[in-house]
Order: sequence, then C-alpha cells, then structure tokens
Amino acid sequence: MHVVVLMKQTFDTEERIRLVDGKIAEDGVKWIINPYDEYAVEEAIQLKENQGATVTVVSVGNENTTQALRTALAMGADEAVLIEAPDLSDERAIAKAIVAYLKDKSFDVLLAGNFSVDNGAGQVAIRVAHELGLPHIAAVTKLTIEGNQATGVREIDGDVQTVTATLPALFTAQQGLNEPRYPSLPNIMKAKKKPLTTLTLSDLGLSNDDVAAKVERVEVTLPPKRQAGQKITGTPDEQAEQLAEILVKALR
Amino acid sequence: MDFDLTSEQKMIRDTVREFAEAEIAPHAAEWDRTEHFPIEVFRKMGELGFLGLTIPEEYGGAGADMISYCLAVEEIGRACGGTGLSYEAHVSLACTPILLYGTEEQKKKYLVPMARGEALGAFGLTEPGAGSDAGGTRTTAVLEGDKWVITGNKIFNTNGGYAKYVVLTALTDPASRGISAFIVPTDAEGFSVSKPYEKLGMRASNTVELILDHVRVPKENLLGPLNAGFKQFLSTLDGGRVAIAALAVGIARAAFETALAYAKTRVQFGQAISKFQAIQHKLADMAMHIDLARNAVMKAAWLKDQGRPYTLEASYAKLFASEMCTRTCEQAIQILGGYGYMREYPVERHYRDAKLVEIGEGTSEIQRLVIARQLGC
Ligand SMILES: Cc1cc2nc3c(=O)[nH]c(=O)nc-3n(C[C@H](O)[C@H](O)[C@H](O)COP(=O)(O)OP(=O)(O)OC[C@H]3O[C@@H](n4cnc5c(N)ncnc54)[C@H](O)[C@@H]3O)c2cc1C
Ligand SMILES: Cc1cc2nc3c(=O)[nH]c(=O)nc-3n(C[C@H](O)[C@H](O)[C@H](O)COP(=O)(O)OP(=O)(O)OC[C@H]3O[C@@H](n4cnc5c(N)ncnc54)[C@H](O)[C@@H]3O)c2cc1C
Repeated sequence: MHVVVLMKQTFDTEERIRLVDGKIAEDGVKWIINPYDEYAVEEAIQLKENQGATVTVVSVGNENTTQALRTALAMGADEAVLIEAPDLSDERAIAKAIVAYLKDKSFDVLLAGNFSVDNGAGQVAIRVAHELGLPHIAAVTKLTIEGNQATGVREIDGDVQTVTATLPALFTAQQGLNEPRYPSLPNIMKAKKKPLTTLTLSDLGLSNDDVAAKVERVEVTLPPKRQAGQKITGTPDEQAEQLAEILVKALR
Repeated sequence: MDFDLTSEQKMIRDTVREFAEAEIAPHAAEWDRTEHFPIEVFRKMGELGFLGLTIPEEYGGAGADMISYCLAVEEIGRACGGTGLSYEAHVSLACTPILLYGTEEQKKKYLVPMARGEALGAFGLTEPGAGSDAGGTRTTAVLEGDKWVITGNKIFNTNGGYAKYVVLTALTDPASRGISAFIVPTDAEGFSVSKPYEKLGMRASNTVELILDHVRVPKENLLGPLNAGFKQFLSTLDGGRVAIAALAVGIARAAFETALAYAKTRVQFGQAISKFQAIQHKLADMAMHIDLARNAVMKAAWLKDQGRPYTLEASYAKLFASEMCTRTCEQAIQILGGYGYMREYPVERHYRDAKLVEIGEGTSEIQRLVIARQLGC
C-alpha cells in the first residue's frame, strides 16, 4: 500500500499575528505541521505499522517547509517531497501543483487535513480529489482499510455517518481520528538520512499561467480591538436602570 | 561563528519542550509537594529515546550531540527541576562513563538497556567523609577470586532507589589511595538503599543513601583501568557540569517567564507593575543573565562536540548558570510579592530547586577553585 499525505506548514496556533506593511509578519514565528494534517500523518504511519505501507509526505511551500517535512519523517514517514513554490497564493493553484506531482504516481490512499488553521479554506485536498477523479470522504474521525475498500466515519450534527469508498481515494482528517505521536529522538536523528526531494513548478511541467491565482487578496486586517468594558455602579436598582438604558441604546 | 541551531537540534528541542509542557509541567507542583519520583514519566521518556540521547545508535541511543542534550535538559528543567536533575544524572553520570570507559561487553550489557530507557542508572561518588574532596573515599573493593567485594556507604545518591545499575567508586589501593570505578547491579546481594532524604528542593528527584555490605560483583565489572577512577570521574563531571548548567538555565527561565507574565498583569498604584522602572530593571537583568548563561552552556557544549578541551568553560557555565539561577528565582519571588512566597505560585519551588545546582556536581567554591587552577594559580 502506498499512502501519500498532503500537508501544510502553518503558524503555531499560539502565535500572535502581527501585521507589517499590510502583510502578516513571519520573522521569529514558530512553525508547525497544520494540526489537522498531523492527524493525517499519524493515520498514515499507523497504516504503515498495522497493515504495511510506504508513506510519502508532500507539501507545497518554501525552504522553511523542510522543517515540517523532516518532522513528518521523524514521526515515521518514509520519504518527503517539497514542491518549492513560495508565491502560490490561492488554493486552486496549490491543488494544481499537487495534481501535477501526483498524476503519474501510483498510490492507494491520499490523506490530508480537514482544513488548515491559517487560511481555513478547506479546499486544497477536495480539489485534488476532484481533478484526479477520485472519491473522497471528508472530515473522518475513523478510517478502516480492507483490501481496496475504505470505510470512513464522520461526525455530522451530533450523529455519525459511515461512508464507504473504493481505493484509490482521498480522506481528510478531523480531530478525534487519532492522537499524533511525539517523534522519538532517535527517529529525529534518522530522519536526516531519509529522502527529501525538492521539485519546482517547472520540474512538474507547470507554467506560471497554469498556476495563476483566480483569487486576489485585497487586504489583510486584524480583528477590531475589543472595546474596554463599562462599569456600572450604584444600588442594584440604579444599576438595572443604567443597564436597560445601555441595552436599549445599543439595540437602536 | 554561527549561532544557529541545526534542524535536528531545533527539532529535538521542540519535541522535548512539547513533551515536557504536556507530560511534566502540569504535575511538577504535586510531585514537589508529595516528593513523588515520576518513574512513569521516565518510562515514557525512555520509549521516546530521551534516556540515551547522547549515546550512539549502536548502543541503543539517539546519537545526538551535547548541544541537543543541553537543550533537552533545559526544557525538562523548565518544566520540573527534580525531573531534570534525575534525567541529567542518568545520562551524564551513569551512561556516559560506561560509554567512555566501558568494554564492548559492558556497553552491550549495561549501556544498551540504560540508553533504551529500559533501566535507570545512578552514579555514586559522594560519601559521608568525601564530598568536595572525593579523594576521601572510604568504600573499599577487594578482589577475592574472580569477584570484587565492595563495602561502604554512598550518600546523596540521585536515582539510587529506582536504578538498576550504579556506577560507583571504591578504594582499590588503600596504600596509595588508588580509586577505581565499578558497575554494580542494584539487585546484588548485600546492596540496599535508605529511605529517600527529605529535601529543600528537587523533591521530584529520588535521593537515597546506598549501603554496600560485602556486595560481590564479577571481576569484569571493574570500569576502566584499575586505580584510574579518580581521573575518570573528573572527566565525567566535566560533561555533567555543562548539563547541570543547562538545568539551571531551564529553572531560571521558568521563574522568569512566570515573573514577566505576572508583572504585566498585576496592577498596583493604577498600573501594571511592569511599568515601574524598579520592576523593569529586575526583569531586564533576569532576561540578560539567562541569555548569557545559555550562551556559556552552548559554548562549552560546542567545544565538547568539537572534541576540544572544555574543562574551563564547563566550570564557567556551571558556576555562572547556577548562581544566576538562584538570583533569578529570588528576584521572581520579589516581583510576585506576597504571592511569590506562597505555594500557589511556582516561583518558591523554583527557588528551592535552584539552590541545589550551586551544590551538586561541584559546589560554587570548587568551580572557582577549578577555574583558578586552569588560570595557573
Ligand atoms: C540533591 C542532591 C543530589 C546529589 N546527587 C549525587 C549523586 O547522584 N551522586 C553523587 O556522588 N553525589 C551526589 N550529591 C552530592 C554532591 O555532589 C555533594 O553534596 C557536593 O559535591 C558537596 O559535597 P558535600 O555535601 O560533602 O559538601 P562539602 O564538601 O563538605 O562542602 C561543604 C562546604 O565547604 C566548601 N568547601 C569544601 N572544600 C573546599 C575547598 N577546598 N575550598 C573552599 N571551599 C570548600 C564547599 O564549597 C561547601 O560550601 C548530591 C547532592 C544533593 C544535595
Ligand atoms: C507570610 C506573609 C505574611 C503577611 N502578613 C500580613 C499581615 O499580617 N497583614 C497584612 O495586611 N499583610 C500581610 N502580608 C502581606 C504583605 O504585606 C504584602 O505581601 C506586601 O505588602 C506586598 O504586597 P503584594 O504581595 O500585594 O505585592 P505587590 O504590591 O503586588 O508588589 C509586587 C511587586 O511590585 C513591586 N511594586 C509595587 N508597587 C511598586 C512601585 N510603585 N514601584 C516599584 N515597585 C513596586 C513590589 O515591590 C513587588 O516587588 C503578609 C505577606 C506574607 C507573604
């Protein structure tokens, strides 16, 4: 079985977002594997351990992304591929690049995260499945593979839905799928020796036109600052009266 | 000159930090209060390869360098001083001498399980009459047939109550004060340990007295050449000093982080106390001292990784980091005011933990003596 994991490097979820000249500042930021993609990596490694599989992790990013790929290798993936394309901005273009890489590869299972915690679009993986003409099951919390049949369980509105698909197929991981492991320290050292290939868009036969953005980012702004709270004083009756006044004013 | 860590060093630091924040830090206050040695966490650390971090792969370790190891000790120490001390004693004091002086057979038999985290190790040097002056060792080892018979007491022993193997020193030539090192399995007949000591700090670390009453170990358990024990532990302690300095940096960082966050939110006289210059100056000094201490640790570790002499730099790092740590923790309490004095906040624990680092593995006075000797005094 060949499992390919699509993963993205994102800001640490605890990182404070700073804007410099209208752009999100990236200096001094801690980078991590997108948490949902980490579930996908863990699931792939469990398939490898329990059913025998080779695991390839693929990421579109820049040189800095190798850190996330090395982490996935240290967790247990066998090889990593970096598609170096720092300028790609929209999900369609990123999906195009991944499809260009995958189209002549053979694989059984494609795993990805449900969405990325930075842009939150949740599009790339689904677009890849669509372009490759593959079935997909999104946001699985349980995945079972038997022969060429896959069964995915998804949580929907307080209920669960069980969906089957024939491989090859794509699955996106939802929180609850598994508990990602810490890479062991010996495996961190060994990850250095595992293959990490870097490809450019031209290596994949893509022109700039092929990956031109269809979506333009007009502006990035931080959420408005929270207003300072207002303190109401006086006797309970006076306080109630003041509160009512404030509420009425706000509602008008 | 290059101050950047390699990608492996960063990944090791980040993994250990994540582990320590999730598995150690939330329990540190309770372990301190109840004097609990977290053997269950050492099992997990063993599975993740922490316990053999600097040991080569062929002996069951991760094969990482001294810099990576110091980063790991700092992270564990930041979460819990006592856990950091026990971790450091296992790697620096128990595993390292076997790696450096052990025969191939000793490495396979003792080092491999310790590096894999299947067995915990301890190092026994200190005795009632032999502290700073380790030459005062009274424990004796006498060869009877093909066995060494060891008798004596080792005090203040870190990990002794949980260790499977202890590396310890004994007199083998009383006439010329020849000291040798031995590997002693703790399940040997005649070997016992006292009740754990009640300590000021480092209370999550297990500290016991080892009692050896005619303990017989095979002749092959002599570690390194006969009567070379003194030189061996001096070089073992050099490495240990760098690591224990990293532990001090970790403890200081924990206290500083608490103090900084507290100062930004504590309001007195209508503003955050971090706006008062008196508090700002304390925080500035603390941050600077921590950074300088870490640089000293990294330099000594780097020298060791390059295979260069580092005795002087190891003592610089140990002395500066340990004294800086106590001062930083004390200032953290001051910044927290009355709250800092209470168990509810972690800084009083950091302060109690910190003090040990000025004593263990060579007191501050001994570090100054080592430095002065290196200067040719
Ligand atoms: C929690 C804890 C864990 C420990 N773990 C271990 C362990 O795992 N293995 C182990 O072998 N030991 C261990 N020790 C022992 C530790 O290494 C010794 O306590 C330390 O070396 C000091 O020895 P001492 O306590 O006998 O003090 P002493 O040597 O009696 O020193 C008392 C004072 O005299 C000073 N002094 C001594 N000689 C001189 C001199 N020449 N010039 C100036 N001042 C001097 C010292 O600096 C100190 O201030 C541990 C100790 C503690 C507290
Ligand atoms: C064991 C114990 C017993 C006590 N007993 C009593 C008691 O019996 N009765 C009682 O009333 N209180 C008691 N206290 C409280 C004690 O008096 C206060 O803890 C002390 O006044 C400090 O106040 P605080 O803890 O709120 O710290 P804070 O006032 O919050 O101070 C925090 C830090 O900010 C600094 N700081 C504050 N303002 C300034 C400024 N303007 N410029 C520069 N630095 C500033 C402080 O010096 C300190 O370093 C006790 C405290 C303890 C720990």
